[in-house]
Amino acid sequence: MAYVPLADQDKEMEMHHPHSWVEKYVWSQDHKVIAIQYGSIAVFTGIIGLTLSVLFRLQLGFPESVDFIDPNFYYQAVTMHGMIMVVYFLTALFLGGFGNYMIPLMCGARDMVFPFMNMLSVWTFLLSVIILMASFFVGGGPTGAGWTLYPPQTAMEGTPGHDMGIVLMLISLAVFIVATTMGGLNYAVTVLQYRCRGLTMMRLPLTVWGIFVATILALFAFPALLVAAIMMLFDTLLGTSFFMPAVIEAGAPLDHNGGSPLLFQHLFWFFGHPEVYIVALPAFGLVSDVLSTHARKNIFGYRMMVWAIIAIGGLSFIVWAHHMYVSGMHPYFGFFFATTTLIIAVPTALKVYNWVLTLWEGDIRLNAPMYFAIGFIFTFIHGGLTGLFLGNVVIDLPLSDTYFVIAHFHMVMGVSPILVLFAAIYHWYPLMSGRMFHEGLAKAHFWLTFLGAYAIYLPMHYLGFLGVPRRYYQIGATDFIPASAQDLNASITIAAIFVAVAQLLFFVNIIWSLKYGKKAEKNPWGSASLEWQTPDLPPKHGNWGDELPTVYRWAYDYSVPGAHEDFIPQNTPETVEPTVDEEHFDPDQDASKADI
Amino acid sequence: MSLFKSLAVKPWERKGIIGGLRPEGAFDTSPEKVGLSYFLVIASVVFSLFMVSYVIRMELPDWQPLSEPGQLWANTLLLILSSVLFQWTRNIVSSDKPRNLMTAFFGAGLFAILFIAGQLMTWGNLQEGGFYLTSNPANAFYYLLTGLHAVHLLGGLWVWSKGAIRLLSGAEAKDLRLSVELCTLYWHFLLVVWLILFAFLANT
Repeated sequence: MAYVPLADQDKEMEMHHPHSWVEKYVWSQDHKVIAIQYGSIAVFTGIIGLTLSVLFRLQLGFPESVDFIDPNFYYQAVTMHGMIMVVYFLTALFLGGFGNYMIPLMCGARDMVFPFMNMLSVWTFLLSVIILMASFFVGGGPTGAGWTLYPPQTAMEGTPGHDMGIVLMLISLAVFIVATTMGGLNYAVTVLQYRCRGLTMMRLPLTVWGIFVATILALFAFPALLVAAIMMLFDTLLGTSFFMPAVIEAGAPLDHNGGSPLLFQHLFWFFGHPEVYIVALPAFGLVSDVLSTHARKNIFGYRMMVWAIIAIGGLSFIVWAHHMYVSGMHPYFGFFFATTTLIIAVPTALKVYNWVLTLWEGDIRLNAPMYFAIGFIFTFIHGGLTGLFLGNVVIDLPLSDTYFVIAHFHMVMGVSPILVLFAAIYHWYPLMSGRMFHEGLAKAHFWLTFLGAYAIYLPMHYLGFLGVPRRYYQIGATDFIPASAQDLNASITIAAIFVAVAQLLFFVNIIWSLKYGKKAEKNPWGSASLEWQTPDLPPKHGNWGDELPTVYRWAYDYSVPGAHEDFIPQNTPETVEPTVDEEHFDPDQDASKADI
Repeated sequence: MSLFKSLAVKPWERKGIIGGLRPEGAFDTSPEKVGLSYFLVIASVVFSLFMVSYVIRMELPDWQPLSEPGQLWANTLLLILSSVLFQWTRNIVSSDKPRNLMTAFFGAGLFAILFIAGQLMTWGNLQEGGFYLTSNPANAFYYLLTGLHAVHLLGGLWVWSKGAIRLLSGAEAKDLRLSVELCTLYWHFLLVVWLILFAFLANT
């Protein structure tokens, strides 16, 4: 069947126009409403994850100061915090939230290819969150096995939530995977099949590239988690021994025999490492577009940025065992995985250079989204460099399971993507709401979050060097950890509470601005990409009015020499107006600049 | 344009409309087929990872190989027949003068149902023979892999049943064309997966 743009088909049939409030805002098939639903559920879950982190930080900073935080609660809070933040918050918000909002708009489509499946995806995601949250209310509470859910610990009686908690966690993950598969199928097929006329793959904004490749990664990575979850469910509920070895618990042998906990670790990290990039690649894409727009410069090295996204995606599948250096693997394996880990740093560093070079001699507009985007470059370089430490076997061995690891991954895949999220939410807020946010409040939010995050994680590197182990409810007295480490822990906790409370500025800003914010003019940032060129702000159902746009150029025509404005939208035909002042335009010089 | 050539173009130099009405690089097929192909890749990864896990688990000392029931040969024949009948259905709906549509379509579904019933019978026979899920990891993998395959087939039968209802309600062959094409692709995929699984189970 030949491609037919949706606009040319029976619109009433294809667009599922809502007829009631419920159809418009609850059972909506509009990708923008679904994006907001996905985002809201993810943010709500993220707030729970954040609250849990404050609680266990209270225990670490001020041991036993809060009555209900006993060791069991501590482990449950740590476990749920980790899983919520990585899977239910970051993955859902980047793919379900921004993927849904941006892909059809940036591709010039009216909606996703399969809107009904898209709607099912968000409700299935909600179901997975409900199942996860239900584990707080069952006997034994949620699992406290650590977010990596390593067996046999998950099933041991000493681990909180070893019965219903872990079962609900595994079922919730399986349901989440079903939800992301339905969503991912939509994102990939929409990018491949529903781009508008003239929009080649190499004219797509990097946001779409990032989300598209992350979706392909999810295609290969999430099955590993599903397989691990199914086999662990069998072990837990039916008594098989896929992962569970022979264990003697409280003097009595368990029913299991001969299983391989290492097999679980391999499966988990075969998912777990690409998962880092499932979060990071959309963030890379979003931040590239924010930086380019507010620097009024085309993104430096667009093709290299696309190649780097693809290369990182591919390489992310052959580095997983660097999470397992201490599992007793053969040294040659360690050597192999250390090498691949260092190789993946090359395209990643290339992206960082290109972001910095995009800023170079740009007409930088230092507004709130740009603050967050530049802040991201700092935190990402910081987290990336400590990754090089941990990627080397000999350095990883002493640092493994210390606070250095916590500091590394929070900088690189906690703080960094969250700064991008804020950059992106502020940047696209006028598009989503039709209002401007309060700039001063947003900048205050940036400084408190950025400096606060450093106050939390910078000292953790030092704690790691001291050898302070992670996962401990309480350090206690040791020969090698000085008492002053506890003072550092207390200061980290104070900073964490400070940063958590500072997020109120963000929520106040976006909620207050919905009603009282200045009305946004069309394309307020002067962006060249397609999503800002819709006839209405915010875009209405169907996005494009009667006619789909036609694309004539890439998404980064900023400060084109001789052009009347400092940006040329993607859908501006060259024939409509002379975009270039030919008297002052030297094509050879321009081409050589572009090739640099 | 090849993938590498596409990735090598300099978008800042290429202006104007490229690719005509259809976006350059899009597959010349329906989005539903692209979507199904995407799902088939995911299912392939799931089955592959289970098989990798099987091989790793097999190396451990408590593994006792399971002699696969001979009935699996008969079940395999049923699935092949189901797949062949789906191909026939596909040919019928693509032809100008559709004949025997009911026979082919319902026959395809019926043989798939018989295949699942046959798989359940092997489970019952194994249980009777004392080969329980928990008694050995080889048994557990047998139940898990065959069960997972059957669940995928049940998903296909759900789509088939929707087509069956439409057919009984008087839908014409051309209305069912896309649905039949998708089902045929899915059935062939599940047949290939089953043949690989069967060969794998029988030889380990």
